[in-house]
Amino acid sequence: MSTAPKETTGPFELKGEMSLLSVLRLLDVEPRRIASALAAKVKQSPALFRNVPVVIDLGALPQDGAAPDFPHLVTTLREHGLIPVGVRHGPRAMQDLAEMAGLAILPASSPRRMPRQEQERSGKAEEPSAARSQRHSQLVDKPVRSGQQIYAADGDLVLVAPASPGSELLAAGCIHVYGALRGRALAGVNGDTLARIFCFSLEAELVAIAGRYQLIEDIDPELRNRPVQIRLDGDQLVTSPL
Amino acid sequence: MSKIIVVTSGKGGVGKTTSSASLATGLAQRGYKTAVIDFDVGLRNLDLIMGCERRVVYDFVNVINGDATLKQALIKDKRVPDLSILPASQTRDKQALTQEGVQQVLEGVKELGYDYVVCDSPAGIEQGALMAMYFADEAVVVTNPEVSSVRDSDRILGILQSKSRRAEEGQDPVREHLLITRYDANRVNTGDMLALDDILEILAIPLLGVIPESETVLTASNAGAPIILEEKAAAGLAYADAVARFLGEERPYRFLGNNKKGFFRKLFG
Repeated sequence: MSTAPKETTGPFELKGEMSLLSVLRLLDVEPRRIASALAAKVKQSPALFRNVPVVIDLGALPQDGAAPDFPHLVTTLREHGLIPVGVRHGPRAMQDLAEMAGLAILPASSPRRMPRQEQERSGKAEEPSAARSQRHSQLVDKPVRSGQQIYAADGDLVLVAPASPGSELLAAGCIHVYGALRGRALAGVNGDTLARIFCFSLEAELVAIAGRYQLIEDIDPELRNRPVQIRLDGDQLVTSPL
Repeated sequence: MSKIIVVTSGKGGVGKTTSSASLATGLAQRGYKTAVIDFDVGLRNLDLIMGCERRVVYDFVNVINGDATLKQALIKDKRVPDLSILPASQTRDKQALTQEGVQQVLEGVKELGYDYVVCDSPAGIEQGALMAMYFADEAVVVTNPEVSSVRDSDRILGILQSKSRRAEEGQDPVREHLLITRYDANRVNTGDMLALDDILEILAIPLLGVIPESETVLTASNAGAPIILEEKAAAGLAYADAVARFLGEERPYRFLGNNKKGFFRKLFG
C-alpha cells in the first residue's frame, strides 16, 4: 500500500500501513456452492472467522467467465461473520462490478502478476515459482483397492497403507508408499523428471516417472518384494534398494 | 438400533447366498430378530437355500412397487423363531431396485423391530450389488482362496468405501469383515489355493471366519437347510464361530489345518 503524507492537524491522522488480511481466493462463482463451503469452513472454527476482514481474490477465476454476484457475495460473507473489504486481481470488468458493490480494488501483490523487472527491483525473497509454492501433498491412510485411483494433482502422494493390484496411484510429485506397492504408480505426471517413487515392497504392475514407464517384468527380480526407490536417470528408470 | 449387513463379494459362486443364509440363521439362533433379504432379483436363490421356496407369495419388488406390504412378503422361518426371509422376484430384473424403494423397505424392516437385516448381494458391481451395499452398516466380504476372487473382493472393498451411503455422507465407514469360504487346507498345502496369510495381506481387513470346503454344504443347500443348522458339520461349526466373532466373542480358528484323514485316522478317530 502507498505511503500518504502525514497529517499533523485535524481530527485524524491518515497513514499508510500494512496490515495482514485474509484472502478468499474464489475458484467458483456459484453462490450456493460458495455459501455451503463457507458455512462448512466457519463451522470448523467459528472463532477464527468472527469479524475478520477479507480480500476477495479474483485471480483464479476464468478471465472471460461469469463474474461473481458481488452484492450477494458480500451479504453471504457478512452472514458468516467475515467483513469483505475489497478485491484484487481478476479482469478489469469484474473489478468494476466489485467497485459498484462498494468494494475496494487492491493492487496486485503476487509476483506472477508483476513485470519481471519490477519484481527484481522490489528485491523481496519470493518463492522461486508460483507452482512450487502451491504444492500440496496428499496423505492417504487406507488401503487403495483394485479399481481405485488416487491422484495428487498438486504434489506428492503419501500412502500409509498398501496399494492393491489393479489400483492406480498418480502424483504430480513423488509417490511414497509405506506398505506394499502392488498396483500402478505414476509419479511426475505433469512432467516432473525429478519425481521419485518410494515403497516398502515393490510388487507393482507398472511404475512410471514423467511418462517413462516400466513393467514389473522388466525390473530385476532381485529388487522385487523389497524396499526400493525408483528415479529417472536421463531416459531410464533406475530402481535401487533402500 | 438395527444394523444392516451386506454379504457381498464381487465374484459369483463364492458362497454369498450360503453365507447370508447361515449368518442370518446364526444371528436369529442367538435371539436377535433377523431378516434376510435376497437382492438377486431375477436369479432368486435364497428361498431355495432357506427351504421356503414353496411359501413365496410376494417378493421384494412387490413391496417396492407397493403391491404388497412388508408384513405380507416377509416369510417366517419354520425352524428358527426370530428369522424372516424376504425373497427376490424371479420375473423382474435388477433395475426394479430403485434407491428410494430399497430405502423404504429397509426402513420398514427396521420399524418392525428387527435387530439385523442381512442383505444377500448379487454378484457383480452393477445396480443390484450397489443397492445391496448402499445402506450397509457392516459388510461381510465373501472370498474364495483364489486370485480372481481376492481381486474382486478388493474391488468391492473400494466401492464400499466410496459408494456406500456412509461414505457419501461422510459418516463412520462401513465396518468390514472377511469371510473365507471353500477353504481347502490340502489344496493350500499343494499350492493350488492361496494361503490365508496371502489373502489377509492383500485385503487387510479383520477375519470373521474361515469356512472349510465340504460336501455337506451342497447337501444342505439342496435340502433347503442352512448349513449352520448342521451342528456336526465342520462348515456349520465354522459359521457358528463366525457369528460369535461378529457379535464380538473371541473364538479360535478351527479347520485351518490339514483335514485330510489317512486310512488309519479314519478308522481310529
